[in-house]
Amino acid sequence: MTRYIIRRLLQAIPLLFIISVVLFVMMNAMGDPLATMGGRKVTKPADRIRLAHQLGLDKPVCAQYIYWLIGNDWTKQVGEIPKPNAGVFTPIVQCLDPRTYIDADAAGVRKGVLRGDWGISLVNRQPVTKVIGARLPNTLLLMVTAEVIIISAALLIGIYSALHQYTAMDNFTTATTFVFYSMPVFFFALLAMYLFSVNFRKWGLPYLPTVGMFEPGAGQTVIQVAWHMVLPVATLSFGFIAGYSRYIRSAMLETLEQDYVRTAKAKGLPRPEVVYVHALKNAALPIVTLVALDLPFLLGGAIVTERIFGWPGMGRLFLDHVERSDTAVVMGILMMIAVAVIIFQIIADITYAWLDPRIRYK
Amino acid sequence: MTTTTLEQPQQGIPRLTPDELETPPLSLSQLTWRRFRRHRMAIFGAITLFLIVVYAFGGMLVFSEADANHTETGNALQAPTAQHPFGTDTIGRDILARTIYGGQISIIIGLTAMLVEVIFGVTIGALSGYFGGWLDNVLMRITEAVLVVPQIFLLLVMARYFSQSIPNIKFIGRTFSGSVLVIIFVIGITSWPYLARIVRAQFLSVKTNDFILAARATGTSTRDIIIRHILPNISAPIIVSATLSVAAAIILEAYISFLGLGVKPPTATWGNMLEGAYNYIESAWWLWFFPGILIALIVLSINFLGDGLRDALDPHSRAL
Repeated sequence: MTRYIIRRLLQAIPLLFIISVVLFVMMNAMGDPLATMGGRKVTKPADRIRLAHQLGLDKPVCAQYIYWLIGNDWTKQVGEIPKPNAGVFTPIVQCLDPRTYIDADAAGVRKGVLRGDWGISLVNRQPVTKVIGARLPNTLLLMVTAEVIIISAALLIGIYSALHQYTAMDNFTTATTFVFYSMPVFFFALLAMYLFSVNFRKWGLPYLPTVGMFEPGAGQTVIQVAWHMVLPVATLSFGFIAGYSRYIRSAMLETLEQDYVRTAKAKGLPRPEVVYVHALKNAALPIVTLVALDLPFLLGGAIVTERIFGWPGMGRLFLDHVERSDTAVVMGILMMIAVAVIIFQIIADITYAWLDPRIRYK
Repeated sequence: MTTTTLEQPQQGIPRLTPDELETPPLSLSQLTWRRFRRHRMAIFGAITLFLIVVYAFGGMLVFSEADANHTETGNALQAPTAQHPFGTDTIGRDILARTIYGGQISIIIGLTAMLVEVIFGVTIGALSGYFGGWLDNVLMRITEAVLVVPQIFLLLVMARYFSQSIPNIKFIGRTFSGSVLVIIFVIGITSWPYLARIVRAQFLSVKTNDFILAARATGTSTRDIIIRHILPNISAPIIVSATLSVAAAIILEAYISFLGLGVKPPTATWGNMLEGAYNYIESAWWLWFFPGILIALIVLSINFLGDGLRDALDPHSRAL
């Protein structure tokens, strides 16, 4: 088992390397970060050149990537960097020339991602770890709450409709889950906002807030945040509840037909024990993997949800900084997500093997 | 040699007449259609989908594209009236006409992105599954790499990367924003990994069959084995997956357009009609309601259709 985990982790390294190269190259070609730098207008051509030079943006992409990855504190100070002239091949010649990497007009201070330095945001000149760190808890709060609600609601609905197959209630939930499963996140969000916020206020009922984490006047109290979380969490979870409850329903129906469940019934075990211990335990097994493997989709839902509800999380941070071509922050977020997804895939495999003794990894 | 002592029947054994001889056997497509017809949800989906397509493409006869892009700032944000049944948007364009023309683009994006996805997914899955070895290893690592970053993040970065200076394109007498092409391409090349995995798994199981061995023994070329012997056998999962990915592509287009990085105006899509609509959640519900409900309906009906196809195309399914 340990060997399996180590092998999986080692396999992840080339994967992350490829992803980071591709994303970095795309980010760098995405537009001029100087054009939108933090509201400051850089208009004079001389200023632009000086600033680009200062930020290392005049280096070829390969050098920028190397500096991002392993830092540039090993570069030497030289007077003049020779500029090659090879037509279309200039970037390739530059990348192959070791002087591109070694020579700089001042020794750098960056340590590189591999040594824990994620660089500095171009937008607000703050370290990337600090920028992301400020937003990460908000997103985690949203996602963990949503995940808890998704699992408990899906279990409730799934088990109920499996035990009451083809009753009116089962047919109703089947139809509802189908509709919710196909509904785009933003449409659900807009409908929910319109009903619970706009119309409830019109009717004089207690209405749900739609923007932000707390009222500026009331401050960030637990009640305020919880109240503001209702709509975003509902938006984030409805599609998953629909999908998972369908899954649990069919898994439960299948397990209830198994021989061991019949044996348990024949032994005269009380019904709850048959359902929740014998059947559910086996039916819920695939859910564990499903939850871990669906992390990318949950993150994808979070980006839309955060935008609509003005939730100050990572999704909005990502959108804001993509729009301003802020490579350091966007790369930080994407690599963090990639690592999280890989780790969750490994966790899914391990838990599955741990729960199901028939599976052995070598 | 002993002679049999058993009594010989007088008239010979009566021949069993299989059912097939009395009623002609049903062909595969007839069986599929019978199973599909049984699926009430799928029929509902097919009809709804048909109606939406008629709405989007038949509406061309009633409204011209100029109507859809005609701005009338004095008439902005009007609630639905007899003249504008779906109301008008922030710069006074008629939302009914825009949902018609936007629907065309959304449906076209869904279909073409699906095609791009199928081309990539089937090719990569087939190569990987049939040849195996180092090629399989490389292709599957690439597949994993694409899967590790959530698709919507990848889409946003790529949409921005490719959409810097794409000129407008003229096609069948209409001008489209160049970003339409970008979105189709970007959705297609980020969606193929799932399909590639399905195709690869199918190839791995089908290629061990005896008929493949026979084909190879008779000197059939590799290309023919892949295209004429294996692919037809695995068409069912590909068709189902392709159907569902049309819905997925329509939703993804709506997401990125909604987030402001998708198809650029004046070309309307259901997605970019929603962009910024949440600022008018209180004052103008018709801005987001009509395009939103159309997206939800088309996705729902395509999903039902795909579900019905999955059951109908499954040869092991006993339902008739």
